Amino acid sequence: MGGEFVMLSLTPILIGVLAAVACALPGNFLVLRRQALIGDAISHVVLPGIVVGFLLSGTVNSWAMMAGAAGAAVVAVALIELIRRLGGIEPGAAMGVAFTSMFAFGVLLLEQSDTSSVHLDVQHALYGNLESLIWVEARGWGSLLDPVALAGLPPELPRIAVVAILMLAFTVIFWRPLKISTFDEGFARVLGMRTNLIGFGLVIMAAIAAVAAFDAVGSIIVIAMFICPPAAARLMTNRLEHQVLWSIAFAVFSAVVGYVLAGYGPLWLGAEDAVSAAGMIATVSGLVLGIAALYAPHRQRSGAPADA
Amino acid sequence: MLGLPFFKGVRAETLPSDLGDHPLVVRGLTVSYGEKPVVFSLDMTVQDGSMTAIIGPNGAGKSTLLKAVLGIVPRLSGVVAVYGRSLQASRRRVAYVPQRASVDWDFPTRVLDVVLMGLARDLGLLRPVRDRHRQRALDCLDRVGMRDFADRQIGQLSGGQQQRVFLARALAQDADLYLLDEPFAGVDAATERAIIRVLKGLNADGRTVVAVHHDLSTVGDYFDHVLMINVRRVAEGPVATAFTEANLQTTYGGRLETGHVDQLNVGKIHVD
Amino acid sequence: MWINSTSARSMWIEALTLQLGYNATLVAIGAALLGIAAGATGTFLFLRKRALVSDAISHATLPGVGIAFLIMASLGGDGRHLAGLLLGAAVSSALGVAFMLWLTRRTRLYEDAAIGAVLSVFFGFGVVLLTVIQTVSIGRPAGLSDFLLGMTAGMLYRDAVLIATAGLLAIAAVWALRRPMTLVAFDSGFASASGIRVRYVDLAITGLVLAVTIIGLKIVGLILIVALLIIPPVAARFWSDRVDHVLLISSAIGGAAGYLGAALSAVAPALPTGPIIVLVAFALFVISLLFSPVRGVFSVWLRHRRQQRRIHLRQGLLAIAQDVPIYEHFTIALLLRAGFVRGDGVPTEEGRRQADQACRDEDRWAVARRMHAHESVVSRFDGLRPLESLLTVDEIAEIDRQLTERTECKEVAS
Repeated sequence: MGGEFVMLSLTPILIGVLAAVACALPGNFLVLRRQALIGDAISHVVLPGIVVGFLLSGTVNSWAMMAGAAGAAVVAVALIELIRRLGGIEPGAAMGVAFTSMFAFGVLLLEQSDTSSVHLDVQHALYGNLESLIWVEARGWGSLLDPVALAGLPPELPRIAVVAILMLAFTVIFWRPLKISTFDEGFARVLGMRTNLIGFGLVIMAAIAAVAAFDAVGSIIVIAMFICPPAAARLMTNRLEHQVLWSIAFAVFSAVVGYVLAGYGPLWLGAEDAVSAAGMIATVSGLVLGIAALYAPHRQRSGAPADA
Repeated sequence: MLGLPFFKGVRAETLPSDLGDHPLVVRGLTVSYGEKPVVFSLDMTVQDGSMTAIIGPNGAGKSTLLKAVLGIVPRLSGVVAVYGRSLQASRRRVAYVPQRASVDWDFPTRVLDVVLMGLARDLGLLRPVRDRHRQRALDCLDRVGMRDFADRQIGQLSGGQQQRVFLARALAQDADLYLLDEPFAGVDAATERAIIRVLKGLNADGRTVVAVHHDLSTVGDYFDHVLMINVRRVAEGPVATAFTEANLQTTYGGRLETGHVDQLNVGKIHVD
Repeated sequence: MWINSTSARSMWIEALTLQLGYNATLVAIGAALLGIAAGATGTFLFLRKRALVSDAISHATLPGVGIAFLIMASLGGDGRHLAGLLLGAAVSSALGVAFMLWLTRRTRLYEDAAIGAVLSVFFGFGVVLLTVIQTVSIGRPAGLSDFLLGMTAGMLYRDAVLIATAGLLAIAAVWALRRPMTLVAFDSGFASASGIRVRYVDLAITGLVLAVTIIGLKIVGLILIVALLIIPPVAARFWSDRVDHVLLISSAIGGAAGYLGAALSAVAPALPTGPIIVLVAFALFVISLLFSPVRGVFSVWLRHRRQQRRIHLRQGLLAIAQDVPIYEHFTIALLLRAGFVRGDGVPTEEGRRQADQACRDEDRWAVARRMHAHESVVSRFDGLRPLESLLTVDEIAEIDRQLTERTECKEVAS
């Protein structure tokens, strides 16, 4: 099975795993800051972003679309802050206004522009196309050492790998400011930390992770990976260090098991075609969270909730 | 120079030189969220080596005053000098103990980690936590009687214990000026004794302590200076001269009966 | 790709004057009713600070649509019967809400994480089901994607009637429950103390949101129905601080967006209904955000500037009276402009007079604060208004009698 596995499944699984980890890492802090839904907002505005990217560049070039998506993410974050600050609107509602409007704008643009001839559609934005990211040149495990074959790796793989490493570096380098400002923002400010900058940096990192992951695997698993692995991990431990490690483990598990179930599950059940891998990965991460909510050692709140 | 378009806070990068080098000098501080100022044109001078209580009724702007001094909330006008320099330049000399309720105690971390946050400036971004850091944090916990709780998850602590952990974190900062927001609010008697012992120890050591306080009956026992405010400053000075019935009446208005003032030295009353 | 201005104008006129033809008019009315229901229901959700619950509810409909289709198709129908699909959507999003509540009640997770978990997982599972439907190729799945983004083509007559009727019922339900819901949204603690079961009212609000979502699925799609539940109340909030007014304004904005959006897309079929409705709502929101005289950005900014000037001027006058240095350039600039100080920093005659006036007001207020009789007035004092505007001449005379010769205001801090 080696050759076929390396060609058809190795790269999608790797990409899925890296995308899941890249999202789960900033997700830990977003969940603790009660900003979990910023991932939801960002992944919704990716659609208008890629449409604008396409319209401006006129090509389905990945980079143009990623630039568009990143731009849209920044616009969305700015818009949310603007609505929140100017109007004194609670963050959830501000997000709701911003991302739904931008999404509507994206759909309108999509319907108005002639994109039917190219491979640009809502379905793709939502579900991604993990299954198609195969490694055509691979002939078996030996190809991992073959420079010619390596040159034929799907470009999404190195891209998401770089982003995953970036997320890891961000988490490690800014661990202390992130932890202190998430726990006690006032104290962090008195220490001289630029807490606004830290918060903004975190959201930008989340946006980068979302855009890169979306390019490879689609929007829905982006939201799932921002929230489900960190949330399940929070229920496993009472130490932030361990929580982050658990969240990585859960992200990897969801990606691998989800992909395998989507690819081979229907075959085992006698059906012919695979089902959506992205959808299945999100489903598995939800099952992991459900099981953690039932049995995890630290699932219950210990202290009194903070006063507002 | 004139008529700059200010909108948010006023940034006094260069401080006037005639403010002296007191631990804390505030001139003309105003904070306003809406139509009505929370703190209006407030002046304050904290004497070096003093124990100062900030008192006033609920909504008088006590906590807001501390937060505005520390740059946590924006100020509409006013100048703040810490040891004669800007707050930014004097940060290392200031420690802050926020209200206990201002954070989420369900945060996944241990008591020792919270105290280590007080060393964040020494540790920087990536320097590893070494045994001497840990030892210093444990010593601080020892001073507030919480050493045995070092490995506890913070959510498992009682209110008084949480307050003591916050104090230990401030001790780890090894500052010259300690600003505390309601350190005795909602804590048990044992914690109150432990906290005041630590604060008096700091003070004996030459440090300056400023605390927002709400229990009028202990002002005389705990503090030597007092700032009485109700949006604006009513009185400031040594407890012996400033903590008078007339000033209390002005500060608390009709809410404080004259009879209560007479009982101040007898029983505890809470005016809020 | 864009429409030129003349035809755009006639398009608006047609849309506004109901010259749409029977079917399109019905759809526009249905959309307006949906918008009113969404605006009203969304108000309660927004005021309870749970706006994004609607996002979880709407995304959680997708697996229900898929399962309902599979069941109906395997029973031999074409699988696209609207009422059946909506029933499936209702069941699965009710499950989603139950799961969300369970997560927040039984675990330490907060509501935002629970919302995100439910919406992504349910939606992900829904996508799996959609691919299953494509795989097994039974029934006629074309048109199922309408549930994502709303209808792109014309709507069937019986579908439009269904939506209009359900919208009316939802509005009637909001009307019937408006009192307890308003109380809970305004102050849940007080509502609870006065005997209202907050939990049931919250459940009713959630149920109504669910109903509106289901009704809106066909017209605007599951992602954009969230917009109709959130944008109108947020926009309305800029116009009033009163719950009942926000409720009415929000309903009006929702209704207008629904009607205009549906009518515009009927006249110009290239414009998809759902997004147009949302963008009309967004435009109304932007207008409210910027221009509302109550809480709009411009008026708030102007008020803030005025407040800042008043405070700086007052502080400057007090500083003149107390003969202490003024540290802020802005204060000095204001005093200069008002003619209270000269260029060399020396106060003018008028400046001295105003400063003494300000100082006497401060002293009077200090006295007033000590007197019980003026407690309610004192609590309203903002530090800037002249005393005469709040107290009578007699009261001020009484205060002046108590003013000792020592003037506290002019005592400078040691």
